[in-house]
Amino acid sequence: MHPAKSVIFFTTISGAGFGFIALLSLAICFGIAAFDTALFTSAIIAVGLSSAGLISSTFHLGNPQRAWRALSQYQSSWLSREGVLSVITLAAFVLWLGSAFVTGHAPLWIGAAIAILCGLTIFATAMIYAQLKPVPRWHSHLTPASYLGFGLSSGILLFASLTPSVTALGYISMASLILAWAIKMMWWQRADKTGRDADGSTLATATGLTGYASVKLFEAPHLTKNYLMKEMVFEIGRKHATKLRRISMGLGFVLPFILLMLAAFFGAPIIICASAAFLLHMTGLFVERWLFFAEAEHVVALYYGK
Amino acid sequence: MTNLPQEPTKKLGLVIDLDICVGCHACAVNCKEWNTGGYGNALSDQDAYGASPSGTWLNRIHSFEAIPQDAQGQPVPSDARIVHFPKSCLHCDDAPCVTVCPTGASYKRAEDGIVLVNEDHCIGCGLCAWACAYGAREMDEAAGVMKKCTLCVDRIYNDNLPEEDREPACVRSCPANARHFGDLADPQSDVSVMVAARGGVDLMPEQGNRPVNKYLPPRPKTSSCASSNEEEAPNLVKLAQENTRGGAAQSGFLGWLDNALSRM
Repeated sequence: MHPAKSVIFFTTISGAGFGFIALLSLAICFGIAAFDTALFTSAIIAVGLSSAGLISSTFHLGNPQRAWRALSQYQSSWLSREGVLSVITLAAFVLWLGSAFVTGHAPLWIGAAIAILCGLTIFATAMIYAQLKPVPRWHSHLTPASYLGFGLSSGILLFASLTPSVTALGYISMASLILAWAIKMMWWQRADKTGRDADGSTLATATGLTGYASVKLFEAPHLTKNYLMKEMVFEIGRKHATKLRRISMGLGFVLPFILLMLAAFFGAPIIICASAAFLLHMTGLFVERWLFFAEAEHVVALYYGK
Repeated sequence: MTNLPQEPTKKLGLVIDLDICVGCHACAVNCKEWNTGGYGNALSDQDAYGASPSGTWLNRIHSFEAIPQDAQGQPVPSDARIVHFPKSCLHCDDAPCVTVCPTGASYKRAEDGIVLVNEDHCIGCGLCAWACAYGAREMDEAAGVMKKCTLCVDRIYNDNLPEEDREPACVRSCPANARHFGDLADPQSDVSVMVAARGGVDLMPEQGNRPVNKYLPPRPKTSSCASSNEEEAPNLVKLAQENTRGGAAQSGFLGWLDNALSRM
């Protein structure tokens, strides 16, 4: 599948933003975060990241001026649900935090509800891809699990870098990195075994020419690439997949983990280590997300002999 | 609303005969011609006269080589056949392109099962094209909206057209009569009878989309060149010899040629 930059940015950044909002809400509820300027800054960053991700997702639209219409079909469409959930979550967080600043009181249940809404938003983002049966590699429960894992790990890393006073966050960050990448490795393991024919789709079933010894493309409908081939028969990704996986894990897991170890056990300043770890983690996630799209095969490629 | 309607009682669709299609692309050309001036935005082309042209088409013709197998499952390359394969929207009963649409632009009509795009509501996100296993939807680069086969909804109900033109442009233009249009929910309709008689199939049934359009598989070959039977496949050389009239200086092909030229 074609890896659109706006969509890669959207899925990674808004994942981090909503992960961070969830943690901030819980931290406020449990009294870990105080109502000070640091919390105010954190909240602005969290809302900013989520909104930036959402806005960037409109950049790949053919008619972005109509994007508001995407909030209407929540009954059937995961993309619509994702839009509705993110708007509700952001609005609830801003209103709740605003009222908490004024009254100094933040009801615990609302914070917990916002954290759940954040999880649902990330889940809906992942389901946009996981629902697609013609892309067997994505069509798995592991896809939302992996998106949730990375939303959590990037949220915690960001929280740790903005809240250096809470030393436990360093350990929690390390645990979240292990969890998120373990899920991703399971995802990759499944993906490698899940070819385009996972549901039994072959050129024979695609053309109805079953019962033959072989069917192959003799002549394509046209000589140059069309929309379908540009969008769904993207082939560059698979060439360097192994190297890129190592790069994404190196940037997204190994280096951040070493930095967090340095902070936790060797007294390196947590604020620098955690911030660097967060930035490296996001860079690793950009590579991971690029591969998520670029490696995915769509059954329509069968008609083009690919 | 992008929820699918109740099972339509009328399911308009196409039946495409892979035994007959000659791969002339006339259906695709007439489709482009009609639909670029018909329903919704024009079907744009990019770099139309340049080195790498591309454009929006609602119907494309692929050609495949199929090698049959014998009773033991061994390939019989001498019986290989070319199958021309026109592909357009199949107007699926369980159309995933409809349910994934976030805006409600994509919908399936309750009255006849036609899957359409309301181009004024389409944001051009492209998710419906990703959800379609068949590649039936193409984004128009100029308009930024999704285009797809409308089953020529602006022809089939159009009282301004003569009655014989009230069928999809691809069906109307097919010189080989390989494309047929009708109600596939009615078991008595011509198309349903044809599907039953010829064992019409669904494309990629494993994807679970329940397409309305059906494809009629190529008929098995009745004879092969190896077992050429004179009644079925006349020996042209022999025929030419027989046709040579008495008095001609030459026999065989040259004699036939001489004869034919003399008669002109």
